[in-house]
Amino acid sequence: MTLSDLSPSLGFSPPELTAIVLSLKVAGVATAASLPVAVFIAYALARWRFPGHAALNAIIHLPLVMPPVVTGFALLLLLGRKAPLGAFLADHFGVVFAFRWTGAALAAAVMSFPLMIRPIRLSFESIDERLGLAARSLGANRIWTFFLVTLPLAAPGVIVGTILGFAKALGEFGATITFVSNIPGETRTIPSAIYSLTQTPDGDADALRLAAVSAAIAIAALIVSEILQKRADATRAGR
Amino acid sequence: MIAVDVALTRGEFSLEAAFESKARILALHGPSGSGKTTLAHLVAGLAAPDAGRIAVNGARLVDTAQRLNVPPEKRRIGLVFQDALLFPHLDVKMNIVFGRFFTPKTERRVPFDAVVETLGVGHLLRRRAGSLSGGERQRVGLARALLCSPRLLVMDEPMASLDYDRRQEIMTLIERLRDEFSIPILLVSHAADEILRLADEVVSLDRGRIVAQGLPSETLAAASRHVEGGRFSVVSAIEAHVGAYDAHFGVTRLRHPAGEIIVAAHVANGDRRVRLLINATHVALAYRKPEDTSIRTALLGRIAAIDEDASPFAFVRLELEGGGRLVSAATRLSVAEMNLSVGAQVYALVKSVALDERELGRSA
Repeated sequence: MTLSDLSPSLGFSPPELTAIVLSLKVAGVATAASLPVAVFIAYALARWRFPGHAALNAIIHLPLVMPPVVTGFALLLLLGRKAPLGAFLADHFGVVFAFRWTGAALAAAVMSFPLMIRPIRLSFESIDERLGLAARSLGANRIWTFFLVTLPLAAPGVIVGTILGFAKALGEFGATITFVSNIPGETRTIPSAIYSLTQTPDGDADALRLAAVSAAIAIAALIVSEILQKRADATRAGR
Repeated sequence: MIAVDVALTRGEFSLEAAFESKARILALHGPSGSGKTTLAHLVAGLAAPDAGRIAVNGARLVDTAQRLNVPPEKRRIGLVFQDALLFPHLDVKMNIVFGRFFTPKTERRVPFDAVVETLGVGHLLRRRAGSLSGGERQRVGLARALLCSPRLLVMDEPMASLDYDRRQEIMTLIERLRDEFSIPILLVSHAADEILRLADEVVSLDRGRIVAQGLPSETLAAASRHVEGGRFSVVSAIEAHVGAYDAHFGVTRLRHPAGEIIVAAHVANGDRRVRLLINATHVALAYRKPEDTSIRTALLGRIAAIDEDASPFAFVRLELEGGGRLVSAATRLSVAEMNLSVGAQVYALVKSVALDERELGRSA
């Protein structure tokens, strides 16, 4: 049994269901791929002082303040089929972003990155650095210390960052449609599908249903994050 | 045991210290900002000196001339922090075995069961670190540091955030650790009573420089006038032999060549010496041994020095008959009216009830 077999009972048409599944895939991949990078950069920004600290911080936050269309356009200029970097990746690694779902995932990752990184960084900053020193004095090298002490203590922030990033990725529209267009089954995610439906006559009812799905997923994500965070806080408080 | 010769500058603060010691418990003493914690961190590897050498038990840890700076995880120096710094996301057992996990199997000299037993943390093992009281936390912190079988235990003000009873308890435990696991200890402390009771030797620091090094009773007595808390924190330590316990009155008699010392408690007997802390404010002086008095303890000694300034107080230092030094806090008025002078023979009168059995440490 596949998801499409269920569609009549859930009341979604096959194109709607495709958009929902694609959205979950794009957001899931975007979140999973950017999480390790976000954790590393958040740690670097919280704990290390290096030249370019402020510049890195600014670049990460750029997608938050720039119009999403501009970000998408920038991605297109950088990674489009004919752009030098895009052509290089396609020729040597067979990786193509433009007008593919992978491109949608990349756009979502770039756009959600600042939201994801902020709580993680705050979490690292709130940890007593001497706990790391205590671990070092007990024989743990830097890597062990990170995975056994620092990262577990930052867990609440990592969870919140992941959920926020996932929710943002799920809702990304402007950069996605600019970078990878709106191709059914490949890059038509829920927001793009809603946009298309609002452009067709009599599409409002269907648009409303997808909007409800969108809201339901977002609310579910918030609830899950709340529960996980409570649990992590309880652990930290020693209960 | 430990040899240090380091220099370090951080902004306005500069530290220059060189010392060597073979003491089983060496204390670093000084006011806050004196550099004692920095020095401990240099030994543990949490900071690096600008120049210098550090060696512990024959192992070279730092030698800037040879670009040697062993990272903290390879130094095998157990650290005990003032606030214990247990890992809040782990239970007590995981906290305690954390260091042992990283200790090579051939070097695990300290047995888990013995540490848990000595420190009395067996009933805490499944608790979360965050749910412990201050004293419990500190005991777990000691256990954690011990179980990596360190070359040296560095304790950074381990009792500064504990109340009186918990401090006595931790001091007793530190004595047991010293005796049972024979690991040398570097104790950072600003509290004279801790150092007098525990340390064999003290290095006294002020503003990044060593101002004195030697036996705690002598080194600290010299600086006692300027101790925080004034006359109430001037303490002397004397050593005495445990004698008979009088079950009827519940007192223990300690033998000292200068006289008998009565302690209002049952001191576990056995042929051993104890170190006794006596507050200078609890010591009165008399030329003759008084007879019509409630005071039972009178120790014969000679006045070695009288410390006076413009304040109403005078600190009279005695050399006790048969060894030992004792400070008495008096008023300048009584020094003048009694006509006390250096070299005079006097009795030091100590109230037995002022001697607390918890201030008896096992003597080295």
